[in-house]
Amino acid sequence: MKKYIAKRLLTAIPVLLMISIAAFIMINLAPGDPTNLYVMPDATPEQMEATRRALGLDQSYPVQYMRWLTRALRGDLGISYSTRYPVLPILVSRIGPTVALMGTTLLVSYIIAIPLGIISARKQGTWVDTLLTGGAFIGVSIPNFFLGLGLIYIFAVQLKWFPTGGMLELGGNASILSVLHHLVLPVAVLSTFYIANMTRYVRSTMIDVYGENYIRTATAKGLTKQVILTRHGIRNALIPIITIIGTDLPRLVGGAIVTEQIFQWPGLGRLTILAINQREYPMLMAITLLSAVVVLLVNLLVDMMYAVVDPRIKYD
Amino acid sequence: MTNPIVLDVNNLAVSFQTFEGDVKAVRGVSFQLKKGETLAIVGESGSGKSVSTKAINRLLPVKNTLIESGEILFEGKDLLQLSEKDMQKVRGNDIAMIFQDPMTSLNPTMKVGKQIAEPLIAHIGLSKEKAKARAIELMDLVGIRNPNEAYKRYPHQFSGGMRQRVMIAIALACEPKILIADEPTTALDVTIQAQILDLMNKLKKELDTSIIFITHDLGVVAQMADRVAVMYAGQIVEVGTADEIFYNPMHPYTWGLLASMPTLEVGKKQLYTIPGSPPNLLHPVKGDAFAPRNDYALGIDFVEEPDLFQVTETHYAKTWLLHPDAPSVIPPEEVRRRKEKYQTVRMGKACGERIGGGAIGSGG
Repeated sequence: MKKYIAKRLLTAIPVLLMISIAAFIMINLAPGDPTNLYVMPDATPEQMEATRRALGLDQSYPVQYMRWLTRALRGDLGISYSTRYPVLPILVSRIGPTVALMGTTLLVSYIIAIPLGIISARKQGTWVDTLLTGGAFIGVSIPNFFLGLGLIYIFAVQLKWFPTGGMLELGGNASILSVLHHLVLPVAVLSTFYIANMTRYVRSTMIDVYGENYIRTATAKGLTKQVILTRHGIRNALIPIITIIGTDLPRLVGGAIVTEQIFQWPGLGRLTILAINQREYPMLMAITLLSAVVVLLVNLLVDMMYAVVDPRIKYD
Repeated sequence: MTNPIVLDVNNLAVSFQTFEGDVKAVRGVSFQLKKGETLAIVGESGSGKSVSTKAINRLLPVKNTLIESGEILFEGKDLLQLSEKDMQKVRGNDIAMIFQDPMTSLNPTMKVGKQIAEPLIAHIGLSKEKAKARAIELMDLVGIRNPNEAYKRYPHQFSGGMRQRVMIAIALACEPKILIADEPTTALDVTIQAQILDLMNKLKKELDTSIIFITHDLGVVAQMADRVAVMYAGQIVEVGTADEIFYNPMHPYTWGLLASMPTLEVGKKQLYTIPGSPPNLLHPVKGDAFAPRNDYALGIDFVEEPDLFQVTETHYAKTWLLHPDAPSVIPPEEVRRRKEKYQTVRMGKACGERIGGGAIGSGG
């Protein structure tokens, strides 16, 4: 197992390199020039050139990339053009809020969706199932910006139950209760999709599992429905469900770009939008790389989870 | 045979509701199972043999299955009337099943030993430790080597034959009164098949279990059965002792089955096949369902369903050929040969001797 993990981590290195090259190319292919943001509107071409040189943007792309890479390997991800602060601490400060937002969302979603999916599957074809699959269909279809604005209008503007956005109150009250209060609406918006999505997957997985011969064997043994569900059904359904969780988890840091924007959530999603708008090339590189690292780690984690859940899978 | 009757199926009719309409899979099946006997149910795919037996253990999908009529009496109770809770106490405890696909019938994520221990805990109420000890005994009994080690293994670490042994251990865990084996050897190769059949015969004698053995392999029937029921299109068309079915068959469908079986005597002649295919039970059957495929069909076969005629105390067949007014017909050569043997050995049989292993020369 240790050998397997080491191998996977080693293969991650070239993957990350390729991702950084691809990200670098795409960022530089995008229109716009960061220097425009750092000079006065009436700056002369000479002043523009001087700024560009100061930012290191006058060099050829390969040189720029190599310069970025050698610094990144030493842990220096560059500085933010607009704030002149190093990128790394800014990035780190945004991870907490996003993990709080997405972590709560995924937790809430799975706690709700897995039982719903199981109920839907066991009641397949009944009105309960129709209601749940119909609800799930609406849930995956409704756009977050629309739902977000709708919830803000109803629960924040009209009913005034929840704040319209942000994570902390003015004055910086950072008590857990206050943060939770701020979390309700964005989590509601985000989890709508995850609940709907997961319900659908759990339902179809459970229907598949209940069609398997070993469930028939379990029934023929005279086990109760409860035992069949917990010891034979869910355990086997977990394998495909872990795959779905694996695709959800990287979003913990990828963040919810639209929803964070709507709710003014100080997380990585909003930082991404900000970085794109301000042509913060080093910041964008750092965000992309962080996402890539998380995706690779989660994939490894998921593959290891398979081995835990499914005795047929062994890594030696 | 004066053994008491353990299972009495009366006029069972089952249909499946499909988008196209109701498929009448079982159309009035009646049979009895005596203590300690093996009843083989034979028939081609779709003849309703599996459905009839799954109805006994109520394993048919609840949603689209309709039990149209009938009763299944077990220890004075009609199984069809039991609540799901009461049925759970019967399944695996009084009536156990072995299925066709040992490769997929075991839970891939649970240790095989635990799968054997499960019914012991559920029905007999053994503690985990005692159930484990008993499961290891059972694994030993069904011929799994190193049962202590094997207990901890998962199904994928076993071959098909070994998995079927595990299935048998599960089925026999609570020493059921009835064991229903639904084509238990179909997925196995011939040597393993023989081992499994031997094992089932041995265990049957030890535990005095009654067995319903479903198969389409007449060679297996010869090796296993005391009595045989031949099913066609959702009905039992002939039932009798193994000797009666193999050596004095009365129904043209049974003739066809026997004639289409390879024997050592047939040599290089082309093997007989029954022409045509079974009727689609989506549509109502008029007359004898087998009539369109039957070389010996009479005019009445296409109009009216035959009665069940009694041949001997144990032998019944559902064909108009047994009617006193029916013309006498000459059965196929293979069947004539068998009947001759039956006549000549009849005297010996009266002294309690069986005619032989049956169809294939190898049969015991």
